Amino acid sequence: MKSYHDVFSKNKRTALIPFFVLGDPDDATSLELIKTAIDAGADVLELGIPFSDPIADGPTIQKADIRALENGMNCERSFEMIRQIKAYRDIPIGLLMYYNLICHYGREKFYRDAAAAGVNSVLVADLCVDDADEVQEFIRANGMETVYMVTPNTSAERRLKIGKLCSGFIYTVSTLGVTGIRTDMGKLVEPLVKTLKAETKVPVCVGFGVSLPEHVRQLAAAGADGVFVGSAVVKIIEQNLGNPHQAREQMGKYIEQMRQATER
Amino acid sequence: MEKQGRYGDFGGYYVPEVLMPALEELEQAFERYRDDEQFCAELKRLLNDYAGRPTPLYLSEALSQRVGAQVYLKREDLLHGGAHKLNNTLGQGLLANYMGKKKLIAETGAGQHGLATATVGAFFGMEVKVFMGVTDIERQKPNVEKMQLLGAEVIPVTGASGTLKDAINEALRYWTAHVDDTFYLFGTAAGPHPYPSMVRQFQRIIGDETRRQCLEKTNRLPNLITACVGGGSNAIGLFAAFLDDKAVRIVGVEAAGYGVDTDKHACTLQRGSVGVLHGAQSYVLQDENGQVIESHSVSAGLDYPGVGPEHSFLKDCGRVEYVGATDDEVLDTFLYMTRSEGIFPAFESAHAVAWVISQAGKFNPDDIIIINLSGRGDKDVEAFMKYRPDSIKKKA
Ligand SMILES: Cc1ncc(COP(=O)(O)O)c(C=O)c1O
Repeated sequence: MKSYHDVFSKNKRTALIPFFVLGDPDDATSLELIKTAIDAGADVLELGIPFSDPIADGPTIQKADIRALENGMNCERSFEMIRQIKAYRDIPIGLLMYYNLICHYGREKFYRDAAAAGVNSVLVADLCVDDADEVQEFIRANGMETVYMVTPNTSAERRLKIGKLCSGFIYTVSTLGVTGIRTDMGKLVEPLVKTLKAETKVPVCVGFGVSLPEHVRQLAAAGADGVFVGSAVVKIIEQNLGNPHQAREQMGKYIEQMRQATER
Repeated sequence: MEKQGRYGDFGGYYVPEVLMPALEELEQAFERYRDDEQFCAELKRLLNDYAGRPTPLYLSEALSQRVGAQVYLKREDLLHGGAHKLNNTLGQGLLANYMGKKKLIAETGAGQHGLATATVGAFFGMEVKVFMGVTDIERQKPNVEKMQLLGAEVIPVTGASGTLKDAINEALRYWTAHVDDTFYLFGTAAGPHPYPSMVRQFQRIIGDETRRQCLEKTNRLPNLITACVGGGSNAIGLFAAFLDDKAVRIVGVEAAGYGVDTDKHACTLQRGSVGVLHGAQSYVLQDENGQVIESHSVSAGLDYPGVGPEHSFLKDCGRVEYVGATDDEVLDTFLYMTRSEGIFPAFESAHAVAWVISQAGKFNPDDIIIINLSGRGDKDVEAFMKYRPDSIKKKA
């Protein structure tokens, strides 16, 4: 199984990491769009299991969660879909989700089943390093990587604690706020990436707001090892509901364009 | 290692990293000022001279006769603004003032917490934004206009059902983007640490006063105390002063909507399972996949699929019983209280009264029962007339 290390150590460029809500808007379309993104150059996938109360997400991903939930998406079906993705291509996969789903499924069983399906890491949006002990043993037992978020307002002390614990990458949040397309990346992210790069050897990947090729170039220049593209990817699905063919075409083009911007 | 803000396994702070600095800052400020002489003196002055404390403990003869016991009402409905919510907003508002914050945000269901936040915003000269579900805006209109008159901006939230849960989601999202200068004035004893313990601290004046007043009036402690439970702030405020009095029976009343065994209620403690919602581990109404279910209640303030973590703890350790009152019982009680006592109870508070009425005949005549009348029902008159349009012609 391909690891994050395989990607980040070999890549000369910044890794492109699109985000999808699994099952949005239906399983078949969701799977096809993810395959399209892989074919167009995605290096890693960040996948969400939909939740009823996504407090870290803006309107675009909230709507995707609602579509996926209406389609009946749950943890079991998400793992099944991940197996299908892994059968198509051995690409590293991180989950990005909310804690209640894990607690309800059963922490131990969740990490075991996620690892068995081919998941490399689970980033829990509402679980901080302070409570890492609640999941760390299951991450270790299943040979998974650890990922936490750092935000522009994270104190130096917390940053060091997070940097020490993370093994896969540090999910670096570009700005104060929830997920969503932003026209510019703001002033906070470049200094944060530079600080993290100086403080830690763990790959630094940036998310929230990344939507244009120029964002990717800017973050690559700042030293980011990877960029997450979430709302912009999900928006393509939203704008092409009922027209999966067109969604695939636009997805392919968009990912290719973003991928080109990762070349240093 | 002892975890912070825990009630047994419940509580904690399950929030995105971006909110951690604000929660840490809040916790430090609260710990610094909670016993500070000047802070406490100022808060006491506000509670007494501005808000109208102490509120009376009133022996209701009508209820006593009907129930067959000595039934007292703790009259939080007489507090400025018409509900217990101001105890908490004055406390947090003063804290925000000490912290130098100029912007407040709040969520609201019934509009009472939004109103109480708008009130302290006007008082301290702070900018206030209140997040409120569209369903609640519709059913609690008088409060919306009051908030706006007080200078607050009311932000409508759609979400799944347009109720309190959605309002909290949206307030948290807004806070994420404005943590550096905005104080989130949370309205109930739920949410991430330090809110449950902070809200409890500011509301426990209800229980402390009640205990003192009961001893003064009757020379003994009550046999039973009860309050409605939404997120749980008025209930924990009353209960806190009696938890160590093992002989005092304590009952929390949840909103049973169409019935606790239907799929339309807000009985989080009675029918929920342990989960993580809005930053804390607690009981949650959720489906077989861990998705949070939409609750239902005639009362906007109790229409919430979560509950404060200390209540989850008190349920599991058996110290507090949690029961329900249905929409119909509440509407009956609303009219009964107006006709027999000349008091409009808030729909929320009427749940506690309704449950006590349902227990009529089960008490000794000299048992002392205290019901927290958490708020007044002026806000609910319009909704009541929609449900029971014939009430004006007929006599109750
Ligand atoms: C009068 C009144 N009582 C009770 C509640 C329920 O909240 P809590 O359970 O926090 O007391 C509300 C909430 O809006 C309210 O307005």
